[in-house]
Amino acid sequence: MSRAAVITRVVKPVLYLAATLPLAWLLFALLTGRVMGDQVKFMQHVTGDTVLTCLMLTLAITPLRRLTGWNEIIRIRRLIGLTAFWYACLHLTTYLVFDQSLSLMEIAKDIAKHPWVLVGFAGFLCLVPLAITSTTGWVRRLGGKRWQRLHRLVYVAATAGVLHYFWLVKKDVYWPLMYGLILLLLLSSRVWLARERRTRRAPLPGDEEAKPAA
Amino acid sequence: MLIKRPPDIPVSQITDEAQYWNRREFLKSAGFGVAAVCLIPPGTARLGGDDERLTPYEDVTGYNNYYEFGTDKDDPARHAGRLRIRPWKVEVAGEVKRPAMYDLDQLLKPFTPVERVYRLRCVEAWSMVVPWLGIPLAQIIDRLEPTTKAKYVEFTTLYDPEQMPGQRRDILQWPYVEGLRMDEARHPLTLMVTGLYGKPLPNQNGAPLRLIVPWKYGFKGGKSIVRIRFTEQQPRTTWNIAAPNEYGFYANVNPEVDHPRWSQARERRVGELFKRKTLMFNGYADQVASLYSGMDLRKNF
Repeated sequence: MSRAAVITRVVKPVLYLAATLPLAWLLFALLTGRVMGDQVKFMQHVTGDTVLTCLMLTLAITPLRRLTGWNEIIRIRRLIGLTAFWYACLHLTTYLVFDQSLSLMEIAKDIAKHPWVLVGFAGFLCLVPLAITSTTGWVRRLGGKRWQRLHRLVYVAATAGVLHYFWLVKKDVYWPLMYGLILLLLLSSRVWLARERRTRRAPLPGDEEAKPAA
Repeated sequence: MLIKRPPDIPVSQITDEAQYWNRREFLKSAGFGVAAVCLIPPGTARLGGDDERLTPYEDVTGYNNYYEFGTDKDDPARHAGRLRIRPWKVEVAGEVKRPAMYDLDQLLKPFTPVERVYRLRCVEAWSMVVPWLGIPLAQIIDRLEPTTKAKYVEFTTLYDPEQMPGQRRDILQWPYVEGLRMDEARHPLTLMVTGLYGKPLPNQNGAPLRLIVPWKYGFKGGKSIVRIRFTEQQPRTTWNIAAPNEYGFYANVNPEVDHPRWSQARERRVGELFKRKTLMFNGYADQVASLYSGMDLRKNF
């Protein structure tokens, strides 16, 4: 099997399954009475963690590709990105329904008043156009360059997500800090890679312009 | 995380299963609501509606903020088992007739614990209803005979990183210190807690001795207390030191004064999905509002 075939026939099915695991775990834990205390907070932690993890994974694809030259892994990026989006939808829904009882007034007040809510909401809004334009059709319609530029919004979304987490914890910032460090590493690796490319000039095996890479 | 794992507590602390199921059956048959109302001593706290059921024992003992054992809600249940709660010494110090080191059992001997069902409102906007077992603090204070200079009482939690692994990280300034104004401490609702659900206090809930001040946010209730000090000056309290703009000395439950980062207008009762309105002074306004008459509660949050 070629590498591409391994990706489509093995890696992708496994990832599809993996993408459902946090939700499966969430439902299992809730329905079997394993969740102590605030059950909505539990839903928000599981979904929120999944979003951040997936965003970090999508951001790791490009540096990994550049470092290893294994270009085929680009094929799993959309799947991971969309997983982040769907869990972000779930995350937001628990907030809108359970925390705010769908009261538009309350939601508006909360967003205006509390920076961490605003930042989280902004991060979600960044993900919406990315999810919509994730199809091959949209890549073609926008053209590689423009598509790529638009999808740099993921940097903003991930930063907003980490900030959102950082801002909401009461005192122990260990996990938000961990996500923050990983994000910093992933973003700075892009600066480094760009500089590397400029100095070497020789095209690397991932530089075909038509392929979306951010 | 928030998932139940087998709690690491000594066998002596685990409820006999038959007794446990008995209790569940009793509560079920009596109806949680009725049981809750029956347990309220006359003349003290009255719970608002008939939707104020007791929070299940598993949640009360499995979802705790007790940073000395870790910052996750299930850390206390997992790590508090290693805390040795006997023998236990309590130092009584400061503006008091006879400063002394007491053995806890000696200190508590003259008193009979009473059961009180109180709402517990965490500053993080979740809440529980807990049947505590304890001694009104006023009774203990009377016995200790503070001097006329005593304007405040300070409560200090045990500091022992060996037994309290959370203290190995500088999350907060250890040991944990909380305090009350003398009139708050003497208020009949203020309880020195030694048990819950009719049983000895589990370690993760602050054994062997903790404070409960039901009209204040939960963090005011110091746990595993080793020192009671009477002072003339307002004590410097842990969360206030950690973030003075977020946690005041008074920390009265107040739906109108938000935490700088989140709203305090509503809360989630553990076991419910939707939030409910937070009540002024956690629903104890009739009993305690007069303590703060003339005070600007926005400033003295």
